[in-house]
Amino acid sequence: MPSSDYDSACLPDILPLYYRRLFPFSQYYRWLNYGGVQKNYFQNREFSFTLKDDIYVRYQSFTTQNELEKEMQKMNPYKIDIGAIYSHRPNQHNTVKSGTFQALEKELVFDIDMTDYDDVRSCCSAADICPKCWTLMTIAIHILDRALRDDFGFQHLLWVYSGRRGVHCWVCDEAARKLSVAARSAVAEYLSLVKGSDETVKKVVLTDPIHPFIRESLVVVERYFPRYALQDQDLLHVRKELQQEFQNEKKPEIRWKLLKDEAKRKQGTSKKNQHFEKEIMLQYCYPRLDVNVSKGVNHLLKSPFSVHPKTGRISVPIDLKELETFDPFAVPTISLICEELDRPRTVEEDEKSKETKDKENEKDTAESRKIRDYKRTSLAKYVKYFDQFLDGMARSWKGELLKKSDLQKDF
Amino acid sequence: MQFSSRRKKFTTNSQAELYGEPLQFYGQPPLENISLTEFETFAVERLKLLKTIENLGVSYVKMSESYTKKLGTESKALNFLYRPEADDRKPQNGPTEQEKRRKDHISHFILRLAYCQTEDLRRWFIQQEVDLFRYRFNDLHPKQKLEFLHRNNLQYDRITVEEKKALNDKLVNSSYALSGITVVEQDVYKVPFQDALDLVRTRKVYLKAGYVYIPHQDIVTIVINDFRTRLSKALALTARSLPAVHSDERLQPLLNHLSHAYVGQDYSIQKNVGKISLEQIDSLSGKSFPLCMRQIHQSLRENHHLRHGGRMQYGLFLKGIGLSLEQALQFWRSEFIKGKVDADKFDKAYAYSVRHMFGKEGKRTDYTPYSCMKVILSNAPSQGDHHGCPFRHSDPELLKQKLQVYKVSPSGISQILELVKGMHYQLACQKYFEQTHNVEDASFSLNHPNQYFIESQKALGGGKEIKRETEAPQKPQEIPTGGPSAAPEAAANTQDEAEMTEDLDSFFQDA
Repeated sequence: MPSSDYDSACLPDILPLYYRRLFPFSQYYRWLNYGGVQKNYFQNREFSFTLKDDIYVRYQSFTTQNELEKEMQKMNPYKIDIGAIYSHRPNQHNTVKSGTFQALEKELVFDIDMTDYDDVRSCCSAADICPKCWTLMTIAIHILDRALRDDFGFQHLLWVYSGRRGVHCWVCDEAARKLSVAARSAVAEYLSLVKGSDETVKKVVLTDPIHPFIRESLVVVERYFPRYALQDQDLLHVRKELQQEFQNEKKPEIRWKLLKDEAKRKQGTSKKNQHFEKEIMLQYCYPRLDVNVSKGVNHLLKSPFSVHPKTGRISVPIDLKELETFDPFAVPTISLICEELDRPRTVEEDEKSKETKDKENEKDTAESRKIRDYKRTSLAKYVKYFDQFLDGMARSWKGELLKKSDLQKDF
Repeated sequence: MQFSSRRKKFTTNSQAELYGEPLQFYGQPPLENISLTEFETFAVERLKLLKTIENLGVSYVKMSESYTKKLGTESKALNFLYRPEADDRKPQNGPTEQEKRRKDHISHFILRLAYCQTEDLRRWFIQQEVDLFRYRFNDLHPKQKLEFLHRNNLQYDRITVEEKKALNDKLVNSSYALSGITVVEQDVYKVPFQDALDLVRTRKVYLKAGYVYIPHQDIVTIVINDFRTRLSKALALTARSLPAVHSDERLQPLLNHLSHAYVGQDYSIQKNVGKISLEQIDSLSGKSFPLCMRQIHQSLRENHHLRHGGRMQYGLFLKGIGLSLEQALQFWRSEFIKGKVDADKFDKAYAYSVRHMFGKEGKRTDYTPYSCMKVILSNAPSQGDHHGCPFRHSDPELLKQKLQVYKVSPSGISQILELVKGMHYQLACQKYFEQTHNVEDASFSLNHPNQYFIESQKALGGGKEIKRETEAPQKPQEIPTGGPSAAPEAAANTQDEAEMTEDLDSFFQDA
């Protein structure tokens, strides 16, 4: 699917269009309001905007969805970041006695960035990505999603494509939002296996007994390793010393097996380096996350549905049911969806819109037009998935609200 | 707590009840009357204990054998160590077990008052109390540990035998404490992961659906986290009731002083002012300065300049060894003029900060020379700086070269580098002392650069005046004053207990 040529110079012209007709404000508000269970949750949330000419403003906050919309349409931010929920309205933080303005809660977040894997991918480097190394993200999502759900018991995870070279995970469970700095850092450390700077050659060290978490992660890695490392990255091509031995065997999987067998033979009964093959696989494939992003309660992270100024791609949520076929190059750009808006409507679309118009008669026509707008673009399926995610959370909010009203004896 | 000047009356019966347990969570504050003397003595002694814990934590691996041994010795010296068995037989000398526990209880609560006020103070206090608690808990017999858990309502759920069977492999593979046999025998507890962060962080435990499965013997970590959380909450509460306490004039000066006291010599009181001449500094730097100061001095001589961090660390050190303000000004001026700074600029820009160091400008705080802890932990040097602790902040290769230049023997160098690798920076400096002074054993526990200087002068046989005024930091009666004093003798460190009791206010006049 063509992404329609995107040029960052066009942003000033199409951002207003995006924010006026396409950005899914009502879903966005529905998310960040968390069912209204906690008072002032939305009002005390910090947003930060990067405006034209790299002007950066922090401590933005809004009282209603309407205010959020109006402000964003006025400022047309190039980038939007979401921060923490504070003790007071962030846009009034200067009026608060020093020391009392504090970050209280925020989703637990993870940021996987492709540049952290530069030492183990040969196809690309720095900000570039390609289908071959995108597998690393797929692996990362599988492993982390399983761990966060099965090991930590979290249920409401939102995986988002960052727009260029990585993915983010937003853990939205109430328990996650209330985690302390120490707890967040402990979770991130638990999930970390690859450690070391540029100077470190061996970045994964396994000792007995092998923790169940590592075993589970290895199951995922082993599934992808042959195709990713051996074929796509041509891992075993690099070692010239092995060329001789592998003259007769061209197939990478066989070569890998030969290598493993040879090493095992050499090792004999020695305990040293007994896990070398696992360590190699993990060093090449295991997710590399930045602990500092996850640690801070007040850390600001790129918002879902914001635009990536360099690529034009929208930071869309990823439906894990379609993870294997997710193609970052097929993610719509802002130019594409704006173009799709201007497409002449087909006959079917006209009929459909008449139906929905009747249904939504009570609603404000501007809003209903807006709702119909994004549905005509490639953005639709992502917003739909986001809706499903919110529905899942809404069930828990309902329970909370009932509990609260019971306590207050509201009848 | 009510205070009166007469000693309290307390029946032995209730005391036995109250202090029947060897270890407590400090849930209940003491409810008796005590004298001001006891109030003060208890507080200061506990503070000394906590400071020791802090120092040992920098020099030794926590909970290692040498650490626990040293801590045990110190606890005993301060009359804090008590045996886990409640044994009320009157010992040869010193207080009974009960009395020691009572002191422990009361002193903890007094220090809460002093250390609840700011985030930094709270953090420090909690860290030391947690380490102390961990040390004591580890010392208990297994049966006592169990009793402690039950008494303090740490009712974590035990998993059933069926669950254990189902999770058998996972449990065995996640905890060193559990083998195939012990899983069956031992109790395994299910604890929310937020209560066991240390175990989660290091992946030393099995985690499922947000719960960690902990064998009984690992429950220590949980207990300690619980202690930390409770203490943290308690301190927040205490801070709120502080105004009431501060309104008691007898207590306020003491509490203020406690939270600022560096218990041990702080070298802020200048002895031997003017006894050192500027000409001596070069040779002294080679003979008696610790490595950090020697390094700073050398780079000052070479570059005729020092950045702020270096000026502070070195300038205060020089003040501590006895340089007067006039001498200091002359010293810095003559050096900086050799560089890019002319006399005028020095007087305008740098002289002010030298006077500031001596408490003659601004809010006139008389800054105290940095302790090793401060040098090691705060204000790490960056590009272009020469301050900090070379054992901590220098790349080992560079450190090795430097030690070679300073003619330390190869075996000495490798011993030093070993200590540095183990992060025992102060011990490494002590080793440097031993090497450069040709002694087997430093015979002191290094925690202050000025202490190094004094000990060096002692070892070299010189400075008899210095010798007289040096006190071993461990004496319980010693209470340093924080302020400067023109007549050091008046505020000297040798105290009479009587003097202390009689006039508390004038005693802390300078605080």
